[in-house]
Amino acid sequence: MSPAPHIRRVPPVRFTFAGRAVEGHPGESVGVALMRAGVTVLGKGPGDGGPRGMFCGMGLCQECLVQVAGRRVEACRLAVAEGLVVEPLGPLP
Amino acid sequence: VTAEVVVLGAGPAGANAAIAAAGTGAAVVLIDEGRAAGGQVWRAKGPAILAAPSTPESAAGDALRARLAASGIDVLAGARAWHIERTGDVWTLHVEQDDSWRSVAGRALVIAAGAREEVTPVPGWTLPGVIGLAGATALMKEHLAVPPGPVVVAGAGPLVFFAASEIRRLGGELALVATANRRADWLAAAPDLAATPALALRGAGWIAGLRAAGVPVLWGHAVAGVDGVDGVEGVRLVPPGGGPGRRVAARSLCYGGRLVPNAEAAALAGLPLRYDATAGGWAPKVGEDGATTQPGLFVCGDGAGVRGAVAAVTGGTLAGLAAAAHAGRAGAADLRDLRVRHARAVRFGARMAELASAATVDTALTTSATILCRCEGVTAAAALAEAADGAGGLLSLKSGTRLGMGPCGGRFCLGAAARLIEAARGLPPGSLRPPTPRPPLRPVPISALAASFAYEDLPMPKPAPL
Repeated sequence: MSPAPHIRRVPPVRFTFAGRAVEGHPGESVGVALMRAGVTVLGKGPGDGGPRGMFCGMGLCQECLVQVAGRRVEACRLAVAEGLVVEPLGPLP
Repeated sequence: VTAEVVVLGAGPAGANAAIAAAGTGAAVVLIDEGRAAGGQVWRAKGPAILAAPSTPESAAGDALRARLAASGIDVLAGARAWHIERTGDVWTLHVEQDDSWRSVAGRALVIAAGAREEVTPVPGWTLPGVIGLAGATALMKEHLAVPPGPVVVAGAGPLVFFAASEIRRLGGELALVATANRRADWLAAAPDLAATPALALRGAGWIAGLRAAGVPVLWGHAVAGVDGVDGVEGVRLVPPGGGPGRRVAARSLCYGGRLVPNAEAAALAGLPLRYDATAGGWAPKVGEDGATTQPGLFVCGDGAGVRGAVAAVTGGTLAGLAAAAHAGRAGAADLRDLRVRHARAVRFGARMAELASAATVDTALTTSATILCRCEGVTAAAALAEAADGAGGLLSLKSGTRLGMGPCGGRFCLGAAARLIEAARGLPPGSLRPPTPRPPLRPVPISALAASFAYEDLPMPKPAPL
């Protein structure tokens, strides 16, 4: 992907998802930072147990639910912050 | 919080309703679950963006947010309304914000809940890397981030070409653009599109730009399935009604559907819904200036029937003025010109909605093994078996299979399930009614509803004697 011109962002920080260090810009959504890092599998679907990720991108579908300090929150509505520890709801597929 | 006018939804409709009501001197509270006003269409850039080129959407959103900031309106951002009640002539919204609960009451309530996208479930649509087209567009507007390439953009209506153009502008890699529309559909719509030439020209510009960049555009094709193991590897596209299709290698699919009104809040407030295919499906019946069958309740914007952002601005302004008048504020002198402009915008929006509705469902694409309900993992076969086994409507389908009972509230499966069952029974769309809406409208953490307490302080009755 060629970098888009004329876009400046706040310098990136590090957070973790499922123990893996990921870079993101403070204030952008965790879902977007993970997408940029190539991490698209955020959970496991019921029934088929298949991989699931961010789908609606606007807080409706609940497919990108993750947890921070035991609290469930949509990755698409969760802001990146330095040192944020993000975990999936359960074991990833 | 008590106000004269409460507005739910800060997109083009709700924000303009709030501004118009505040202009009459009314005390207004505006509630939205987004971080900033603008809705999906004029979604604000996120705080991580320091500088970026302006676009018509970002400029329109920035202008709206500046007017709001100057208006003195009490804006509750990041706030989710989960219940609506009417007591006498007072409307009360129950709202969760920052993990705490509050209620907001007003003499008049304006609901501007917007629209959401409903896509046709196909094999593989649950794979990571499949993102709703409207959602992908919103991510590009807020974060200027594009899905990993190569990207297939598929859907119908103008959003397909807008999103594809944005992906290219932001440095993404496009594999192919597919629209369910045929070129002839666009030509047939041309006379109505000419009513707003600036928008029609922009649309033509997106298509021309993609073609000039050598991006393949596949007319008259819909997604038949997505292949992959841990994510998207390929997308299969077919012409409606079947026929030889093609497969494209891709890592992401921006998957568009039709826009449907977010009618749950209006229904919960007591408004009957009716099915209008030209308005996107089930929507409340709304009269002039957003008036409804409930006194003091007004509905405007795409939530009253999908008509697009231009009509949302005029319709929202009219509804805001009507709400303020209900709350006892003197109305504006002459609304004739505004109503004429609104009617023109509605005509353009209706044409766009008609083009977008071409993505409505080829129910044949939903194979029996396809997961319909993403939250509960219910397949099309299971839903159809329940329907054949006596489930007459969507309520009994829910209780029999758990379809639609997960955290999304059935927003992504109930419409598709209804159309599958309607098709199986030979009934027209709109035959199966949506289930009765219940609170909460959105998932709310229990901690936000329950006050903090010490366990010892709970009143515990003595055990009954044995």
